[in-house]
Amino acid sequence: MEDPGGGPGNEQTNGGGSGLSRALARARAVDEGPEGLNCFLSLSQALDPGGEEGGGPLAGVPVAVKDNICTLELPTTCGSRFLEGYESPFQATVVRKVREAGGFVVGKTNMDEFGMGSSTENSAYGPTRNPRDPSRVPGGSSGGSAAAVAAGVVPCALGSDTGGSVRQPAAFCGVVGVKPTYGRVSRYGLVAFASSLDQIGTFGATVEDAARLLEVAAGHDPRDATSARRSVPSFVDALDDGVKGKVIGIPREYLTEALDPGVATSFAQARERLREAGAILRDVSLPHTRYAVPTYYILAPAEASSNLARFDGIRYGVRALGSGSTREVYEASRSQGFGAEVVRRIILGTFALSAGYHDEYYERAQKVRSLICRDFRRIWAEGVDLLFTPTSPTPAFPLGERVRDPLAMYLSDIFTVTANLAGIPAVSVPIDPVQGLPCGGQFLAPPWEETRMLAGAAALERSYASDGGLSHG
Amino acid sequence: MAEDQSMEAVIGLEIHVQLQTREKLFCADVVNFGAPPNTHVCPVCLGLPGALPVLNREAVALAIRTSLAFGCTVHRRSVFARKNYFYPDLPKGYQISQFEEPLATGGQVPVRLEGEEVPHLVRIRRIHMEEDAGKSIHDRFPEATAVDLNRTGTPLVEMVSEPDFRTPEQVRAYLDQVKRTLEYLEVSDCNMEEGSLRVDANVSIRPQGVTELGTKTELKNMNSFSNVEKALRVEISRQIRLVAEGGQVEHQTLLWDERAGDVRPMRSKEESHDYRYFPDPDLPALELSEAWIADLREGLPELPEERRRRFVSEYGLPEYDAGVLTAHRSLADYFEETVEQTDDPKESSNWLMGPILGLMKERDETAAELPVRPKGLASLIELVDSAVVNRRVARQVLEKMAESGRGGAEAPSAIVEEAGLAQISDAGQLQSWVEDALAAHPEEVARYRGGERRLQGFFMGEVMKRSRGKADPGEVARILGQALKG
Repeated sequence: MEDPGGGPGNEQTNGGGSGLSRALARARAVDEGPEGLNCFLSLSQALDPGGEEGGGPLAGVPVAVKDNICTLELPTTCGSRFLEGYESPFQATVVRKVREAGGFVVGKTNMDEFGMGSSTENSAYGPTRNPRDPSRVPGGSSGGSAAAVAAGVVPCALGSDTGGSVRQPAAFCGVVGVKPTYGRVSRYGLVAFASSLDQIGTFGATVEDAARLLEVAAGHDPRDATSARRSVPSFVDALDDGVKGKVIGIPREYLTEALDPGVATSFAQARERLREAGAILRDVSLPHTRYAVPTYYILAPAEASSNLARFDGIRYGVRALGSGSTREVYEASRSQGFGAEVVRRIILGTFALSAGYHDEYYERAQKVRSLICRDFRRIWAEGVDLLFTPTSPTPAFPLGERVRDPLAMYLSDIFTVTANLAGIPAVSVPIDPVQGLPCGGQFLAPPWEETRMLAGAAALERSYASDGGLSHG
Repeated sequence: MAEDQSMEAVIGLEIHVQLQTREKLFCADVVNFGAPPNTHVCPVCLGLPGALPVLNREAVALAIRTSLAFGCTVHRRSVFARKNYFYPDLPKGYQISQFEEPLATGGQVPVRLEGEEVPHLVRIRRIHMEEDAGKSIHDRFPEATAVDLNRTGTPLVEMVSEPDFRTPEQVRAYLDQVKRTLEYLEVSDCNMEEGSLRVDANVSIRPQGVTELGTKTELKNMNSFSNVEKALRVEISRQIRLVAEGGQVEHQTLLWDERAGDVRPMRSKEESHDYRYFPDPDLPALELSEAWIADLREGLPELPEERRRRFVSEYGLPEYDAGVLTAHRSLADYFEETVEQTDDPKESSNWLMGPILGLMKERDETAAELPVRPKGLASLIELVDSAVVNRRVARQVLEKMAESGRGGAEAPSAIVEEAGLAQISDAGQLQSWVEDALAAHPEEVARYRGGERRLQGFFMGEVMKRSRGKADPGEVARILGQALKG
């Protein structure tokens, strides 16, 4: 493996057509063979860049795209058997924007089926391996995008984050992962998992790479009623702002006994670096944090059970023929097309919305969600500029370890789901590795304060860089 | 039956109305009835992965107009919700509707039954917006169901009444009034056969004087107002009979079978849905400004009830005429345009209620479609007033106007000229026809003179025959009277 922190982005940024062929060659190389990483589900067949001619902030930059974001030339399978070979007749707004900015889509990346998972092991097309340690998972659900950046195939990639699906794999793979404010990036063309939580996010080899792609992706889209009518500031220009004088809250609820001791140590060191960079650290409390995972695992499956109803085998995707009635076609098509985790969540979500349980589960979860939002609002009102937490309680775990233990898997999201529930922006940035495995620190910011948040992430990144960069194993 | 007298029916209605927008409720496809199957579809209404709905403001405006016209309170905030169920013509596996927070609540519709002076008020519980599903076509291919998604996403309002009806006649009168109002608003073409207006009814019975409601059944699949009436009659007697025989009404959905003239239960599999409603996370709550609602209220046209009252007070028309003339907006417009020219409301009303309605029926056209225009009718009425033609000839002229498609102000005199239909009042000419007629019928003349005065009409007819209907009837009567005296 190449050093993922070694700036492949800078190397490829000015590559033009050769940038594409280099990225494609690299993609084939890392995915090659039975021990390959399996980052990509499909690769561009284009011989020329495919992006718009001329300049643009992403001129010549190869970009990997998670396979739940619709593209015109490549299939969009969402990691599901159900959509094997499915080609969308339209492209996602973000893909159009990337192309218009001069970037080109190298390929579509592996993921947990429909975004449901934290390890990319729930893909119908086999798991992705972690470039840092191929015996371990890359995290998920955007594991393919994170691994493609970590392996130096692309400087930046698009993912989607419903409960941590960009930030957790970024932490596991040692790259930067941003989940912007809900409504900052159009969801048009993102195959929905849980619409009120889903947000397209970006990966970068560096904070700057992730910020540049986000700047292109962001902005109001008339095709998405939940996208915000807000101007997009330059995220890249703000990276020099630093954290001097900024109040950074450390929420005590995130430093639980679930936290791996190695991660705790690494996090404590990162905190000191922020202090050295001039931040004012403050111990804060977000009391409803402990309800976040249960709340998330009611609301996300509830929305998913409805969002995935369209996969009925009537118009596209798997259609099981043979048996007679429409109902049987639905049952057979969905049974054949969906994997175990998807079925589990559809059942959970259907239950949470069903008559007699709706109030007890769905309604109550909505109430708790608003309490979690209130926690954050109170913290910002108290003058806290940013929050800083570990991204994940543990580093990357071995392939197969949690795949049969859904509850253990769900707890991987314990520090990330709150940002989705509250709709606020968050970023994971590499901190000191734990026993050679990458580790991430997470900044959370008030809504629409991505600039302040990315400046914080960049300050931490620079602090490590000035000491010779992060040591990996 | 004695039992019949002691029981009363309680009926509530749910009406679905397709709004006449150019585009669908959540995407830019054009709404088009009768286009080849699956040609007005896009990723959004096909429910393709990744597609998202965006609300059509035009549809919201029409829904608000509708709500205001029925006296509802339009809420500043309403919420779209997903109604989840699987059906092949429902591409997303859910219908976007409104559930807990509808667009409007609490209206009323005045309903007039013939012979009743005071209108009966039917309360409207709620009006909400939703998207239509596609169409499943079961009879096109053997062993297979075809799906046409052109209709998918067409904007609808659903209007739910309180159970304020006791008889099928009240229901019919309400439906007429609702349809009339929707036509006045120009929000829907209200074509039941094409499905742009659909009616479902909830029916229960209870002993007279009891206030609790009985177990209701839901009636569906009625594709005309008269079928609604028929189905209600059948269902009410079924329930009464059932209870009289000691049975109990079961909560179920019944389909009206027009051919059998009876209701039959829907298969239980087709009902008993748990729709798992929840707010649609793809659509922010619909927030309306007070100013926009006020603007739309300002822009409401005069509604049927008001217009009917004005026709009585302003034109001095009888209640009955006013009711007939305001039944359709285009007919009422036609009347007012005619009166503007003739300045004779009663005469204009007579023409509309008689010959014009006749023509509309015969040609299956609305007043707006009729080739004879109000200005044409007005000049025709003037020709009668100025004795250029008599009434009988005027009706012929009207026929010719309709046939030839010449309906303007110039048409009547031109047709009279061309066909030589002008009335003949020349005394010499009339005298000679009279003499000729009397000479041809000496026997009748004798009988008349012997006291059979009713033969006057016979002689009138004979003279008219000779003049080919063009003789001035007043003059003929005068000359005839003198001649018969002789």
